[in-house]
Order: sequence, then C-alpha cells, then structure tokens
Amino acid sequence: MTARTVLTLAALTVQEAARRRVLRALAVLTILLLALSAWGFSRIDAEFGSLTSGEARLVASTVLNLVLFGLSLIATLGTAFLAGPTLAGEIESGMALAVLARPVRRSAVLVGKWLGLVIFGSAFVVLAGLAQCGVVWATVGYWPPDPVVGLALLAAQTTVLLTLGLLLSTVISPMASGIVAVGLFGATWIAGVVGSVGAALDNEGVARVGTVSRMLLPTDGLWRGAMNAFQDPTLLTRFGADVAESPFLSEAQLTLTYLAWACLWVALVLGLAGMGFRRRDL
Amino acid sequence: MTAAPTARRDDPSLDAAERLLAELPPSAAVWCSGLRKRYGRQTAVDGVSFTVGRGEVVGLLGPNGAGKTSVIKILLGLVRPDAGEVLLLGRPAREPDARARVGYLPELFRYQPWLTPAEVLGLHARLAGVAVSAEDRRESLAAVGLADRARDRVGGFSKGMQQRLGLAVALVARPELVILDEPTSALDPIGRADVRDLLLSLKARGVAVLLNSHLIGEVERVCDRVVILDKGRVAASGSLTELLGRRELRLHLDGVGPAAEDRLAAAGEFTRDGSSFTVTLPAEQAATTVPDLVADLVRLGVRVHAVAPRRISLEDRLLDILRSGSGGDPR
Repeated sequence: MTARTVLTLAALTVQEAARRRVLRALAVLTILLLALSAWGFSRIDAEFGSLTSGEARLVASTVLNLVLFGLSLIATLGTAFLAGPTLAGEIESGMALAVLARPVRRSAVLVGKWLGLVIFGSAFVVLAGLAQCGVVWATVGYWPPDPVVGLALLAAQTTVLLTLGLLLSTVISPMASGIVAVGLFGATWIAGVVGSVGAALDNEGVARVGTVSRMLLPTDGLWRGAMNAFQDPTLLTRFGADVAESPFLSEAQLTLTYLAWACLWVALVLGLAGMGFRRRDL
Repeated sequence: MTAAPTARRDDPSLDAAERLLAELPPSAAVWCSGLRKRYGRQTAVDGVSFTVGRGEVVGLLGPNGAGKTSVIKILLGLVRPDAGEVLLLGRPAREPDARARVGYLPELFRYQPWLTPAEVLGLHARLAGVAVSAEDRRESLAAVGLADRARDRVGGFSKGMQQRLGLAVALVARPELVILDEPTSALDPIGRADVRDLLLSLKARGVAVLLNSHLIGEVERVCDRVVILDKGRVAASGSLTELLGRRELRLHLDGVGPAAEDRLAAAGEFTRDGSSFTVTLPAEQAATTVPDLVADLVRLGVRVHAVAPRRISLEDRLLDILRSGSGGDPR
C-alpha cells in the first residue's frame, strides 16, 4: 500500500515536472550553456595554441568544472524551486486535500514527491553533464577521468538541496522555501571557497569555516568531490598547492565517511520534513 | 507459545465469535465523539458528536465559522483533533485504510492542472487501491457532464467544471461513504440540479453521504437527517420530521383573558404581539387540535379574527435554533 503510494506520487511528480514549463525552461537554459561552452572551449583551443599540454589540461579542467558548476546550479535551483511549490503550494491551493483524504500515509506522499524530484533532478544532471563532457571532448579532446562518479555526486548535490527545499516548504511559504534553500546553497559554496583559501594559507580557523559549512549542508562537499572526479588527476601532482585554492579545482577525493554523512543528512532532513508534514493541519 | 496459533485456529469459541461479528449490523458510516479543536485562542470545534448511518444522507448545517469544514477535515484525518474519537465505516480514522471506501469533495477543490480529468480519476483510483476501467472512468466523467472534456488539461477548466470533476473524483473509487463540502458552491442552477440527482442516486444505491451545504432547500430535499452546528457545537440534530414536524398556528384574537391564555399554552408554546398570537404546535398532533382550540377560545369569550396554520421550513427552524442559541448557552 505504502510502496504503491510512493511510486504513484513519484510518477506524478515526474509527470508534473515534464508537463509544466519547468522542463522547457531548463532545456533552453541548458542548451544555451552548452552552446556557450562549446564556443568557449573552441576559443581556448584556437587562442592558446602555445600552451603546454599540461597547461591546456589545467585550463580545460578548470573551465569544465566551471561550466558544470553552472549546470549543477541550474539543476539545484530548478529542483529547489520545484520542491517548494510541490508541497507548500499544493497545501495552499487545496490540491493536497483530495489526495491526502485517500487511504495514504502522509510520509508516503512526501517520500513519493521526494523520489520523483530526485529522479527528475538526477536525470537532468546526468544528461546535461554527459552532453557537456561530450562538448569538451569534441572541442579540446579532454575526457574526465571519472565521469560516472562525478555525475553521481552532482546528482547527490541536487538531492541534498531539494530535500532541504522540501523540509523548508513544510514550514514556510513555497517561494520563501526556494529562496532560503538557494541562499543556503550559495552561502555554503562561499564558505567552502573561504575554507580552501584558509587551507592554502595554513590558517586553521578560516579553513574550519569550510569544513563546518560542508558538514551543515553537504552540497559544497559533494560538489568538491564531483570536481575532483572531473579534473585531470595529474594536475595536482604537477601544480601542487598553486591550484588548491581555486574554487573550480579540488585537491582531494571524497571520503566514504563524508558520503555516508551526506546520506544520513538526507535521511534526517527527509525524516524531519515527514514529521513536520504529518503534524500539519490542512 | 508456539502451539498457541494452532490452538487458536481450532478454538470453536473463536469461530462463534467471528460468526457473531459477521451477523452484527454494519457499523455506522461515520461515528464521532467529543471532537475538539482549537486554533490558537479560537475554539473551532467544541465537543461535537454525531453519527451517520450506512446509506443515510445527513446534512451538516450552520452559519459561517460554525466549524463545519473543520469537523469534516477532522473526520478525514486532514486536521488533528485536540480530543475526540472518529470511526469511519467502523475503523479508527487514525488508520489511513479507514478512508479506503470514502470519497471526498473539499470546499477548496483544485486538481492537478497538468493532468487530464481522466488522468486525475486514474490517480485517485490508484491511491484508493481500486481498479477502475477506462470505461468506468468515462462513465464517471459523463455522470458529472464532463464526457466531452476528458482529454483536455484540468488547468483550462472553469471553477464549475473543476467542481464537477471533484464530484467525479469523490465517486470514482466506489465509495460507501461520500463527504461533500459545499458541492454546489461554484455550480449554475443546472449543475445544482445535477448534484441533487446525483445525491438521490447515491441514496438509492445505499451510499452514506455527509453533506455540508448552505443551500437549505437542497438539504431539505435530499437529507434524511440534519446536524446543526453553531460556534463549534451541535446546536440541534435529528431527522427532518423531528425538526420540521412542528407546525405553527398564527391567530388574530381579541379579548384574551387569563383562562384563554392558559388554553393557548396548553396547545403549545406561544408568543404574543398585541393581538397577534403564534402558537407552536407539537410534532404529533391530532387532526382536531386546531378546531378544538378555536372552539374552546370562542367558548372562553375570545373573538377570533383569523386562524392561519403554517408549516415551519428548515430555514425558519435553523434561524430559530441559531438565534435562541446565540442568546444563551446552547447546552
């Protein structure tokens, strides 16, 4: 009974995302970004012909990560703004009343919505990310070492933010929940950059800012793991600490402990959202 | 311990108990007791108890803010009561499965704008765990006058059409209990007549209905019983004959002495406004009550100018109950 509710709601959410204008807006933005990056990468190849192969790889890795950051931003913003209205908006408009009066558990409805959003966000990240890798390969001949891990981590980053969006939407209004989620996402990213600067300068206090923010909201940590999977592994050995402070290159792979924490974080936040939703009067 | 299940299965007393249970009359469609709900300082529902029998059509009446929609939402588990118990079709309403055979049209009706009406019905059938064929779905839509719009997106529907769709949604999973909250609020007169026919057909099929409506005429025509809520409490409840069976007698009299007043009081509660008297006659009255009263009054020296018996409408009764309730404590 519960599994059927979860699957029905997941399918409904994917259908909603596909039929609403979100998908078209996402597609247009993505194609625009892909075209721009294709043009940019071809310029890198043409203008910097004099670069050594190592330098060319550094540039390609950095720019690929930069563009993928743009894509992940589109995905996270898109799903966070989809996650908010999907619950809070349905409660406000009354659409939730008829659904929740059915023999369904509220937690199952919430998990179904969450699963639908995860499927939608992940599918977007994987498709757009693969297309981007293809663009880079075609223009400058660079293929990332671990695209599967990288794309999976980007999908995980999207999942983290949309879960936060769902939690917020059980407490505050739909639009506010999207804005708060995206604001927190941006703040953690900046804190991560500050932290890596601190690490490069051997300032422990500043470095801790990044570490703490990565624990509180795992989007930036997962993003750094993804960057590490997309960039050329020989770069760090060759250029060492010079690149460590770049916001678009990452020194270290993700640890399994951090991945486990990210999973636990998602489960905890989803559980909290479920508790908030169960107690709510409609 | 391990032998217990086997022993239990062979236990003849258990079989007997099961048979006894099966022979019991089916539990009420809705049973609720002592429902209470506060929103901050505002008490929305204050000790509401009532029952809707199987196959019975019950109207929920009351002024705005009386707590009708809150009561309905508590019944359906959409709002958590601060106190009180609810059984739907014999099962505690805390369990989601209690709503498996319940259809609901909310006061605030809105359906997924990106779906077609047929898809909305399919979604609700799946959530209810009922297999509904495409043919049945088409019939459900036809029953509410949406047959030719089955393939359009709900987003383009007018309010009235969405409310019609809401009725189809409430009825799609072959419910044994249907709860309709203001089902005609967005409908034109033809739509209202359609809803009345729909309610009568539900009644004929033995489906229990709890109907919240401001249209008293509608309630009077289809309901077996009414529950009147005021300020979160049950102000009155009963069958329509109980509530409306009483009649009123208006008299225009001269020369009414104490003896004549006693005679009027013996006939029923009366009010006096100058020479106009209004006597409320009891539900069970003999055919001779009025002529006997007039003959006695004449014998007591009263001059009778006019005698007008009148049936009390549900609207009069409702206003009467609400007005008398607002002055004092309805308990």
